[in-house]
Amino acid sequence: MTAAAPRVAEAWRVLRQVPDPEVPALSVCDLGIVREVSEAGDGALDVVLTPTYSGCPATEVIERSVLDAIDAAGLGPARATLRRAPAWTTDWISDDGRRKLRDYGIAPPGPVDAAATGAPLRLVRGAAHPAPIACPRCGSADTERLSAFGSTACKSLYRCRACREPFEHFKPI
Amino acid sequence: MTTSIELRADPAVQYLLRLGDACLILGQRLGEWCGHAPIVEEDIALANIALDLIGQARAVLTRAGQLEGRGHDEDQLAFLRDERDYLNPTLVELPRGDFAFTTLRNAMVATWLKLLWQRLQASGDAELAAIAGKAVKEARYHQQHAADWLVRLGDGTAESKRRCEAALAALWHYGAELFDDDAVDDAAAAAGLGPRSSELRDEWQAEMGEILGAAGLAMPAPVPFRSEGRRGRHSEHMGYILAELQHLQRAYPGGVW
Repeated sequence: MTAAAPRVAEAWRVLRQVPDPEVPALSVCDLGIVREVSEAGDGALDVVLTPTYSGCPATEVIERSVLDAIDAAGLGPARATLRRAPAWTTDWISDDGRRKLRDYGIAPPGPVDAAATGAPLRLVRGAAHPAPIACPRCGSADTERLSAFGSTACKSLYRCRACREPFEHFKPI
Repeated sequence: MTTSIELRADPAVQYLLRLGDACLILGQRLGEWCGHAPIVEEDIALANIALDLIGQARAVLTRAGQLEGRGHDEDQLAFLRDERDYLNPTLVELPRGDFAFTTLRNAMVATWLKLLWQRLQASGDAELAAIAGKAVKEARYHQQHAADWLVRLGDGTAESKRRCEAALAALWHYGAELFDDDAVDDAAAAAGLGPRSSELRDEWQAEMGEILGAAGLAMPAPVPFRSEGRRGRHSEHMGYILAELQHLQRAYPGGVW
């Protein structure tokens, strides 16, 4: 960050307070959705966002809330552009974001390597998930997956056998 | 009635429509399961997969409109074409059938799309490559999910196995169309846009063979039959799904949320 861009620094500070509409415990910055903020030649702020899932219905809401927050802080005018490449990955969720997810009751995603490109299909009935998911409430690794899909595209549903609580898991992609 | 749009016959646009329309029409079909799946987890799963597919369709149709260069956007392309201008494979437009039918079709399509998106990450069209980089992760998850279920059903009860075998008999021969080349493929390969359809055949056969093998199901022998949805010649089911898909935009032209 250069001293010449206090407006950009201030914009980042504002954006760190903008909650994700689906997981309001996290900001859009914690999730790694805001990629860049810069001042354009015409005096507008350029905010580069990246979509999480192709079909995520929150993408447009996020764009609007980012622009509204910048306007409300008197930092406008601003423009948002969507950039798909490189594709968003859960590896971009900050450490702070992972802690907030766990506190909110959602098991954070593990590193993406395990699910990386070219991983072979698992075709054994009842095969255990390659990496056990720890319960965000009691920390036990004695958990089971109930559903591959959850309340939003980015999550699956689990149950802890130790504390008996169901919980959501943020899928690593 | 809003007049249908007509498209320039450009092979690059047609290549993208074949892909985008496959995502769009299967997404529409899977949406029909919402509230009707056999268990709530699958209700959620099928709706989620549909949502991913619609998102992929939006991106690909938007790009197709840009390449066509006449200002057609994703909505015009999705809602205002006539039946013969949709270039999805016939496989995805067939009525949803029972859960075994839907599961088998999802496995066939997700395996194909995964292989195609993998290759499209290296497309000479930077926008298509970027769309593929995201979509390939989604397709992989869809394929794993469909494979999990196919193994569970094929290697399940006598009834679930019978239904899987019936689904194979009804669906398998519609897969052949996915791997037939024509002038659109030649142009796409020459322009560096993406692979020829036939380049994915062997890998698809191998992965489907693995899944069916684990499910205890026999892969049907090839037959001469060829569906031709990707050339705009559709089954009798296409008109009905388009009527439902297009109704709102035809009745209330330009309507938005």
